[in-house]
Amino acid sequence: MGLKYRTEYRTDRKVTWCPGCGDFGVLDALCDAFSRTGLDPAQTVLVTGNGCSSMIGFFVKTYAMHGLHGRALPMAWGVKLANPSLKVIVAGGDGDAFAVGAGHLVHIARRNPDLTYLIMDNGCYGLTRGQPSPTARRQIMAGENGVGQPINPVALLITAGATFVAQGYSEDPKSLRLLIQEALNHRGFAVVNILSSCPTFNRQDEASLNRPEFLYIETTSHPVHDRLEALRLAMTEEDRPRVGVFYRKKRGVPDERPKGAGSEDRRDDLTRLGEMMDELRP
Amino acid sequence: MSMLNFMKASMKRGDPVIRIAGEGGQGVVTVGELLDKAVAQIGLHVLTESTFTPEIKGGDVMFQLTASPVPIPSQGDRLDILVALNDRGYRANKGNLVPGSVLIYDHEDTRPEGLDGVILYSIPMSDISRSLGSPLLKNMVALGAVAQLFSIPMNGLQEQIRKRFSKKDPFVLRTNLGAFEAGFTYAGEQIQKQDLYYLITPGEKRDDLLLMNGNEAIGLGALIAGCRFYAYYPITPATTIGDWLTSRLPEVGGAIIQAEDPIESASLAIGVSYAGTKAMIGTSGPGLDLMQECIGYAGMAEIPIVIVDVQRVGPGNGIATQCEQSDLLAAAFGSHGDLPKIVLAATDVRDCLDLTIEAFNLAEHYQVPVILLSDASLSRRRQTIPRPRLPEIRIIPRTRYDPAPSSYARYQVTRDGISPMSLPGQSGGEYIATSLEHAETCSLGDGPQGHTIMTDKRFRKLDALEEDFLPLEREGPARAEVGIISWGATQGAVREAVQRFRQIGADVAALYPKLLWPLPVKALETFAASVNKVVVVEANKQGQLAGMIRACTRLEPHRIQTYNGVPITAWDIFGKEGLL
Repeated sequence: MGLKYRTEYRTDRKVTWCPGCGDFGVLDALCDAFSRTGLDPAQTVLVTGNGCSSMIGFFVKTYAMHGLHGRALPMAWGVKLANPSLKVIVAGGDGDAFAVGAGHLVHIARRNPDLTYLIMDNGCYGLTRGQPSPTARRQIMAGENGVGQPINPVALLITAGATFVAQGYSEDPKSLRLLIQEALNHRGFAVVNILSSCPTFNRQDEASLNRPEFLYIETTSHPVHDRLEALRLAMTEEDRPRVGVFYRKKRGVPDERPKGAGSEDRRDDLTRLGEMMDELRP
Repeated sequence: MSMLNFMKASMKRGDPVIRIAGEGGQGVVTVGELLDKAVAQIGLHVLTESTFTPEIKGGDVMFQLTASPVPIPSQGDRLDILVALNDRGYRANKGNLVPGSVLIYDHEDTRPEGLDGVILYSIPMSDISRSLGSPLLKNMVALGAVAQLFSIPMNGLQEQIRKRFSKKDPFVLRTNLGAFEAGFTYAGEQIQKQDLYYLITPGEKRDDLLLMNGNEAIGLGALIAGCRFYAYYPITPATTIGDWLTSRLPEVGGAIIQAEDPIESASLAIGVSYAGTKAMIGTSGPGLDLMQECIGYAGMAEIPIVIVDVQRVGPGNGIATQCEQSDLLAAAFGSHGDLPKIVLAATDVRDCLDLTIEAFNLAEHYQVPVILLSDASLSRRRQTIPRPRLPEIRIIPRTRYDPAPSSYARYQVTRDGISPMSLPGQSGGEYIATSLEHAETCSLGDGPQGHTIMTDKRFRKLDALEEDFLPLEREGPARAEVGIISWGATQGAVREAVQRFRQIGADVAALYPKLLWPLPVKALETFAASVNKVVVVEANKQGQLAGMIRACTRLEPHRIQTYNGVPITAWDIFGKEGLL
């Protein structure tokens, strides 16, 4: 059964993020979306990677896995494969998604399992004191020194095959909550890249984020089912970040279904196993 | 009966070792597997060995069959009949021919020289094959000749050929059968049998034997254990576990995923097991290296998983198709930190099945990662094993959380270290699995004592392991001069060597541990106390088990080691100078 208030989804563990961290907004929006969607904590699993943002699983009263850096997606898909009736949400940072876990990201996206993925993208590795991540906008400058240019998360996800791709902002909890709800309701691999601030270590990017005038995607005019148009929008260079739903498409989800746990009745299996052994008779 | 004929009759051998050799693409393994099935079908035990180079076409290939009325410990170190499908197959194997052995070849491509006492039968394999419309039928011609010359039931082989080709074009079946029959007829009419080999007919026909290779046995063992998820990234020589399970896992409601890398396969398995379904992953050495972080996670978060490492020659890419026992240290000590885990090693195909089931029992019971070591030779070795009696097999489930009014502590510190585990879906059992050091309730930062308490809790799970699980087999007299310890597939050669030692009156016993980590220290020290000299036999350079024994016991074992990429033989041990 779902819980009535978003605060009921919170554990009483002390939140260890820095004051002003964008992750607070994500935690609030997530719990709000949970209560409005009516998610039963016992039927919900929040799987994270490792890093500041991945601590979010400790603060939410659902089942959770605090995974390995970069491996949250395959662990989460494993949970879903074992028990497809569970609601499985993945959350983690931009390092998890686009650096150490980039290989998993593109392949999980093309396979399109029924997972909701929240990327808390603050352009840096906060837990190790602020090294630039693959999405650090300050790399636009550094790129001239051969460091490389930042990843475009939305464009990457659209081309990789994700079937719901949105971008939100941690300091706009209402629209973020709506995006998370949409993602939770999407059947398939749904990703919300959440632009998030790190006031402690990423002051350069912080400056660009703190401008209030975000560009919101016009839901009436943007052809959200058109992959090329979505990509065009994602690739368009603008002076302000764009938030909203870039792309949405229905596509089949993998239906590999292992038999759930606790299935004590081995009789059917014994029959089939007997037949398999007959095939191994010389 | 003349004296000569009497001697010949008494020297007849009913358990020939037959080797078919050629190159990739000639169907060496195809005829080998027809032959081993037909031989096993009459109730004989068979054991095969096959080797090939990693190329799909054009590399050296050989398939060897040993047949016997009694179980066969290893591939042995003798060769009775060599069937050379071309000159290359002849040249690669002629060194193994001894006086009295047989060479079957085709005079058109092969000119044997300097083989004193070897009995030569030339069969025009190419000519017969071409006359039937294809140069690719030499293998079937040879098979027909072998059946004729060594009294292998023709109808059994014909039945196997029909089964093998039934799904193909009828023309393919017809030409293959035709080639087989032509070889059979030619050998019957044109070859004067001079050798002493034949296939014995067993006194009692057994119909409870199954024939499979080590990787198939691992797959079957997993299904019997209740494993309903397998993930893998293709890697020789482990891939065929996945090949075998691909069609079969879904039939029992399971799933199989070919992952994008070994780390992904391990991560998937952890997620699957967290949600309550038994999960296994398979790989070889390079993949095991990549999985080590996940193995550490499973140990710390206490999530049961089974990892199969089909060892090959390492390090790096090593030699993908050849065997070695050199991953023991990586398996036992590979992941960082103080990590409780279990390492088992299969000694033969039967063990591949039995120990896979045990690996699941141990993983589920202790909530730890369990690594099962096999190797390239077992992955391809086809061996007859007794059909498992399913209802009698013990399956141990994990200790589950039973919803209670009191609050749930996932990592509860218990006397035996085992904490009840809830599964998503169970109300009241919500918890966060984590590999950050944690307290009983998953909370973090529990002070300086916390890590000590929880590390001790995790290790306490394995305290009773050596008593809970029969970790070894012993053979030989209760007291002996020499005591050999071996692990993994080396066991077969050691068994044969021990038999030979005892035939010459030497006083030798042997111990075959199957639990390798934690090391069964009590059993090793008890064995060592019953012998005057301990010798560890293993296929690696560093003496990996010997080193572990030195580190964990008071023993200073002698060593016999091979690291040439092929299975160790009884002669490598029996012929070792200074052993006795």
